Formats: sequence, structure tokens, C-alpha cells
Amino acid sequence: MSVLITTLMAILVLGAMALLFGAILGFASVKFHVEGDPLAEQVDAILPQTQCGQCGYPGCKPYAEAVANGEAINKCAPGGDDTIKKIADLMGVEPPPLDENHDTDNSPKVAFIIEEDCIGCTKCIQACPVDAIIGTTKQMHTIIADECTGCDLCVEPCPVDCIVMIPIAKTPQNWQWDLNNIPLVQLD
Amino acid sequence: MGSVIERIKQGKFWTFHGGIHPPEQKFLTTGKPIRAVSIPEELILPLQQHIGISADLQVSVGDKVLKGQALTQSTHPMAVPIHAPTSGTITAIKNAVIAHPSGLSELCLFITPDGKDEWRERHICTDLDILTTNDLMGKISSAGISGMGGAGFPTQVKVSTPEKIKFLIINAAECEPYITADDLLIREQSPSILDGINILDKILSPDYILIGIEDNKPEAIKVLQQATAENERTQVCVLPTKYPTGGEKQLIQILTGQEVPAGVLPSSLGIVMQNIATCFAIADAVINDIPLIKRVVTVSGQALKKPQNIWALLGTPVGFLLEHCGYANKDKKHVIIGGPMMGYSLPTDQVPVVKTTNCILAPSEKEISSPYSTGTGEVECIRCGQCSDVCPAQLLPQELQWSAKAKDHQQLNKLNLFDCIECGACAYVCPSQIPLVNYYRIAKSEIRQQTQLDIKAEHAKVRFEARKERLARDKIAREEKQKVAAEARKARMNSGTTEAKSEMSAVAQALARVKAKKAQTTVQATTNEETPSVNDGQKSQVAAAIARAKAKKLAAQQNKFVEKPIVVNENTDVLKPVDDKKAKVAAAVAKAKARKLVKKTHEKVLNVCSTVIEEKTEQVSKAEKAVIDKKTKAAAAVAKAKARKLANKKNDKALNTDDSAINENIEQVINTEKAVADKKTKIAAAVAKAKVRKLANKTNDKALNTDDSAINENVEQVSNTEKTVADKKTKIAAAVAKAKARKLAEQKTTVDATPSNEITNEQTE
Repeated sequence: MSVLITTLMAILVLGAMALLFGAILGFASVKFHVEGDPLAEQVDAILPQTQCGQCGYPGCKPYAEAVANGEAINKCAPGGDDTIKKIADLMGVEPPPLDENHDTDNSPKVAFIIEEDCIGCTKCIQACPVDAIIGTTKQMHTIIADECTGCDLCVEPCPVDCIVMIPIAKTPQNWQWDLNNIPLVQLD
Repeated sequence: MGSVIERIKQGKFWTFHGGIHPPEQKFLTTGKPIRAVSIPEELILPLQQHIGISADLQVSVGDKVLKGQALTQSTHPMAVPIHAPTSGTITAIKNAVIAHPSGLSELCLFITPDGKDEWRERHICTDLDILTTNDLMGKISSAGISGMGGAGFPTQVKVSTPEKIKFLIINAAECEPYITADDLLIREQSPSILDGINILDKILSPDYILIGIEDNKPEAIKVLQQATAENERTQVCVLPTKYPTGGEKQLIQILTGQEVPAGVLPSSLGIVMQNIATCFAIADAVINDIPLIKRVVTVSGQALKKPQNIWALLGTPVGFLLEHCGYANKDKKHVIIGGPMMGYSLPTDQVPVVKTTNCILAPSEKEISSPYSTGTGEVECIRCGQCSDVCPAQLLPQELQWSAKAKDHQQLNKLNLFDCIECGACAYVCPSQIPLVNYYRIAKSEIRQQTQLDIKAEHAKVRFEARKERLARDKIAREEKQKVAAEARKARMNSGTTEAKSEMSAVAQALARVKAKKAQTTVQATTNEETPSVNDGQKSQVAAAIARAKAKKLAAQQNKFVEKPIVVNENTDVLKPVDDKKAKVAAAVAKAKARKLVKKTHEKVLNVCSTVIEEKTEQVSKAEKAVIDKKTKAAAAVAKAKARKLANKKNDKALNTDDSAINENIEQVINTEKAVADKKTKIAAAVAKAKVRKLANKTNDKALNTDDSAINENVEQVSNTEKTVADKKTKIAAAVAKAKARKLAEQKTTVDATPSNEITNEQTE
């Protein structure tokens, strides 16, 4: 009899404890719920934010959302292989080569308006995703070079073809070292 | 702190981790005095010779400048001005190769000296005590002084620290092999250097002044000790020779035992360090009012016959100095700027001496082999660990090297890559001859660039989001505005006032008009075939409608033969026998074709391109011609109808009046035609211009002459065809007018027998 009581007691106590802890855990999971950093946000942080639409999506964020939902990760031409590698690392997949349907020339460029040819149609202003073009109707437009992401979107709408993409020049400030160095040898 | 000074007074110092003892090679130049050389034929002054930004240019080409005159100016603290090293003329302001490992060009001023060496007005200060700290700092700033040890940090920024300074450390260690510039400067100019130190003392008022000097310069040490003998607060610290003692962080550690944390300036520890050559420059600037226009440069190396220290004007080409030192190795030039440990090879000897140039090294092939004649000789890392033994920053060079090769930026940051001072000790001891420092430099510049890109991307993202928000806001605002306007209109109409009534009736009238017009057109459509005109007023309208319909039909037919469906749509939509619209249509056709053409011709070579363009221009002109034909036909129909009407009306009137009226009509028609033709030629010219630009772009690598001729031909062709079109048009108009006149005459003579009379009969019926 006492064995039965002890067993019952044990079951009751353990059951009560289980209920208690379950309740605490349940409460904690609701109360201290952590909003996990969504994948799309992380992918968006990797993308170069040129907003060029070369991936087929209207901007970097929509593409990031698409990637989070299973879209191919190799469609970002301006980002190139570096970006693909980073997204692959994030997603835990093998980095595929850049989609060949997309422009592989991802050298940094900046748009330039040939000002004497500009007719002031404002079409490029409407196309610019980062508002880097200033000008108004029938007035000459110009591009704020520092704000331009080199996305190419303003070139197509121009009716007089007065926008050209200029590669960013190499200066001692943005130059990258190469191995053309001084070899150091033991002097005698 | 007391203990620090006690230790130093006892000659005890701390030490830094690692370090090496490379062959010093200072004997080449240490025994000879600093030599003054003549003024070179041309001075090349880069606008930026320091860390920071370049100041604003104050002179232009052709200006005469005096020695010491400021050539650039700025109020920005990180912008240091430059001065004319001698009097002369500015001959050019252009990009030239500067002393930078990249061998890239930057904006430089070219001065041709006039040989007079004429000074600008100078204000020599005889009493330092009357100058306030601000005066002193202003003088240092306007004299363009930046650190002369190698990095080139603006001195004025360094001395204007708000921190309380415990130690002012004067760096005279000069640990890099070959270089003896500071050694010689101390021996020859110690009074001035002491003045400079006193000025810094006055500005910073430190507790102690420590002069750090390596024990391989006994003469300089003696001079300094004598000069500072009576000053209690100034200590000459003779340090054991070890590379890189002269590194800022290393020297601080040796003298004070403190390590400067990563990303922190020494001033936050109460320490400011200045190079000894900078002290001399400060004294010269404050006392003698001589801005930084010259410096001591060690020109050394076994490829030289007479290696020596030289007082070089800033802007002197390196080749000029080498020549003065008897450079023999003419055929195999290998010149290094800076020492053998931290320097870099020059692509040309026409680069100028700048504020940070302390050494020009012309080694023989045996000393340091040229990177152009031999490879780097790099072999695999054998994990010997010697590099981490000698690293003065206590990093892990081999780990860094692997991560740098793998471009693992995260790992590089974890390994504190940016604490590397690029001293080259690791590469010096590496038995595998791995150029470790270069891998670090590459990695550093990559990380810096990536950081820049990240900042830019973040910025672009913010702007993109802001734009999206703005568009959404505008849309809502627009909708709201429209809603408000619509509601206001409704309210006004329902208000029952007379205005509202009139407005309502206006709307009703407009609706009625639309209905009436619809009805009229249907009636016209039905009556057109049977009764061409009802009365004189309507007759011309009907004729116009017929002509319009015909023109439309013809245009539609014609457009079936045109390739592009978009063009067809545009044409059929807007083509009306109104001259303006037609011109627009023609313009649109031309533009669309031009654009299409441009796209098509992208992949083709120039020849194919031009022929295609010719073809297309022909097509365009044909299409235009066809359009014009239709137009003239339509106009002719209108004129015919009018003429008929007139004939009917004025049967009994004199011929002359009729003729004049008709002529007037015809003239009007011709005039409008001409106007259209003008517009067309303009459009054609614009199209031609666009094409020319496209062509020009494409044929960049081809000879310009052939280009131009081809383009000119094209333009000529286009304008010719346009002209012929215009000519033809006027001819057609004339022919039409002639035909009309003849018809009219016929009508006049045989009034009853002509078919036109039948129409009149029908009308009357």
C-alpha cells in the first residue's frame, strides 16, 4: 500500500513539476520571443544596392526577398562573384558561377549626361532609383556622381542618347596594391 | 611616470616584441656633409604630399611666383598647403606620375625656375616669447608642415590636441637601413632643431621631452646631449639599435613601456611624437618664415658613385638628384623611394621629391635585385614561425598571409591586420622569400575598398527607400487632391446657385454637342456616297472627311509594308491630314527607326553600319515621301472641293477673281507644305546627328578621318533626299494647282456639259 502511495506521490509530484516547468517555458517563449533576423534582410545587406534591376527584380530588396524564397543566387551582376560567394556562405550552398544571361561587366561606372545634348525631358530623373539626377522640365539635367550607383537605368529612357556610362578612374587613393614589389634579400 | 623618468635617467628602457637587425649600410653616406645642389630646370609639385586632402589651387598657368609663395590654400585641417620652392613661372598644371607605389598620376604644378631665387616678403621672428600658442600653430599650419618621417600626417593637427600631454617624444631613431638624413641634420642643424623642440614645448607644454635615438649615431648623440645638457626636462634616450625602433608605437613602448591600443591615437595616452626633421622645419617656419620647401634626402646605394645627403627642393625630380650623385646603372634602372624595408620601386625617375621623401635608394643588382629582372622567388610557407617571432606588433604573419591569399576579410580583421605597421620584418626573415607585407597591403586596400563600397551601398539603400516613400506619398497626395477637387465640384453643382446651374447646363450642353457630333458623323458617313455635299458650307467638310478617310486608309496600307508594328500603331493612331500631326508622325517614325537602327547596328562593323544606315535613310525618306504624297493628295482633294464649290458659286462671275482665289488656295497649300518640309529636314538633321554620334562612339578605335567622311556622306545623303523630297512636293503641288486651273477653265467654258454640273443638279434635287 505504501508502495502504491509512494508511486502515486512520485507521479503526482513529477507531473506537477512538469506542468509547472512547461508553463514557465511556454510563458518564456512568448514573453522573451526573439524576432529572428529574417534571411531576406541578411541577403539585402550583402547585395550592392545599385537598384539596377539586372536580376529581373525592381531593386535589391525584392531580389533579396526572392532569394530568401528560393530564387537563384547568381543573378546579381554588379555584385559579381564576391556577392554570390557571400550569399552562398549565408545560405550554406555551393557558390554557382554568375548567371550568363546577366551582364558580366561589373566594373564600377558612373553615369554622365552630355549636357549640351540634354533636352530636359526628365525621363532619366524618373528612371533613377536613387534620385541622383537633378534638373527639371526643359532645363538641362546633371548627375550627382557621388550618389550614382552606376545602375544603367537612365541610359535607355533618354530620347536623345545623351547619357553615357563612364568607368571610374583609378587614382592613387583607390588603387589596390599588386605584387610588383621590392624583393627583399639578405645583403652581404 | 616618475618611475618612467627614473628608468630613462638610468639608461634602462623597455623593449618591443621581435625586431630584426638588417645590415645598416649607413656608412655610405654618414661621413659626408649635407650637400646643396643647384636648382633643377623644372620642379614638379604634386598638390597633395601628405595624408589628408589637397588644398585649393591659388595660381594658374603663366603666373610668376616668388620663393615661398603659397600655391594652394585651404581652411580644412587635413589640407596642407604647398609653396613655391624657388621663384619662377608656372608652366603647367597637369597630371604627372607621383611618388606612389602605384605609379599613377596626380595633379601636379610645374614650375620653371627663373634662377633668381627671389623671396617673397618675409617676417623673421626674433623673439619667440611674444608669440602665443595660436600664433605658433597658425605659422605651422600656413607653412605647410606635415610629418617628415614618412607617413606625412599634418603637424598642425597633431599639435592641436586637447589632451594633457605628459611626454613629447622626438623621433630621431632612424632605424631603417641606408637612411642618414636625420643623423646629418642633427649634426649640422642642432640649434634650429632645439628651437623647434622649444616651440613644440610651448604649444604642448608636456611634462617631459624625450629624444629617442639609436646608438649607431654617436656623433649626433653627442651633439644632442651637449645641446640639452642644461635642460632638466629634456632627455636624450640612447636606444639599442633594432629595426623597427623608429615606428611610433614601438618607440612609445620602448620609452614609456605603454602599448598604444589599436585604433587609438597616442595623444589619448598623453603622448605626442614628432620626427626630428619636422622640428627643424617648424623652427624654420616660425623663426625664419621659411615654409616647407626643402628637405634633406639621403641619396644612397651602391649603384651611385657619390652617395650623399642632399638639401633638395621639394619638386626636384629624382633623376636630377641621382645624376648629381653619379648614377652609373643607366641601363638597368631600379630606384627605390624610402628605405629597403618599407620603400617601393619607382616606375620612372621623373617623379618629384615630396615632403615625405627621406631616401632615394639606387641599389646595385647585387644589393637588391630588381623585381623586373628576377621574380619574387616565392616558395611555399614551411610554417617555421620566424615571422611571428620578429613581428613588432605581435601578430601572426603566416596566418595573416593565408587569410590574405584566401581573401577572408573577416578572419583578417580577427587577426588584427590593421595593426600591422608594414615594417617588413616578417618578409625579411622569411626563408621562403614570401613577400608577406605585400599580401597585407593588398588585403588592406581590399578591405578599405570593401568598406567604402558597403558605406556607399548603405547610402544608396537609404536613398532608394526614401525615393520609394516619396513616390508613395506623392501618389496618395495626388489621389487626395483629385478626390477633394471632385467633391468640391459635386458640392458646387448641387448647391443650387445660378453658377452651379450654368455649370450644369454647360456640362449638359457639352454632352449634347458630343451627341450631335456623333449623329452628324454617322449621317455624313451614310450620305457621303450618295450625296457628297448638302450645301456649300458642308460640302468642303465632307470632302475633307473623305480625304481624311482616304489618307488614313492609304497610310494604313502603306504601313503594312513597314517592318515595325509599333510604328504602324503610332501611324494609324495619329495620322490625320493636319500638317502638324503629320510632321510629328514623321518625326516619330524617323526617331523610332533611328533608334532601332542604332540598336541593330551595335554588333556590326562600321561599313555594314553605314550601308545599313543609308538603306534605312532611304526607307525613311521613302516613307516620308509616301506620307507627303498622301498629304498632297488630301490637300488636293480639299482644294478640288473648294474649287468646285467656287466654280459652282461663281459660274456667272469673271474668270479672274476665280483664278486669284484658287491661286491663293494653292499658295496656302504650298506654304504649309513648305513648312512641313522644313520641319522634316530639321528632324532628319537631328536623326543624322544622333547617328553621327553613334557612329563616332563605335569607331573610336578607327581612324577619325574615314569616320568623318563616312558620316558627312551620310548626312549629305540624308539632306539631299530631304531636299529632293521637298522639291518633289512643291512640284506635285504645282502640278495639282495646274490641273485644277485647267479643270476650272474647262468648267467655265462648258458649264452645262461638265460632270461637275451633274453634281450641282443632284444637289439641287
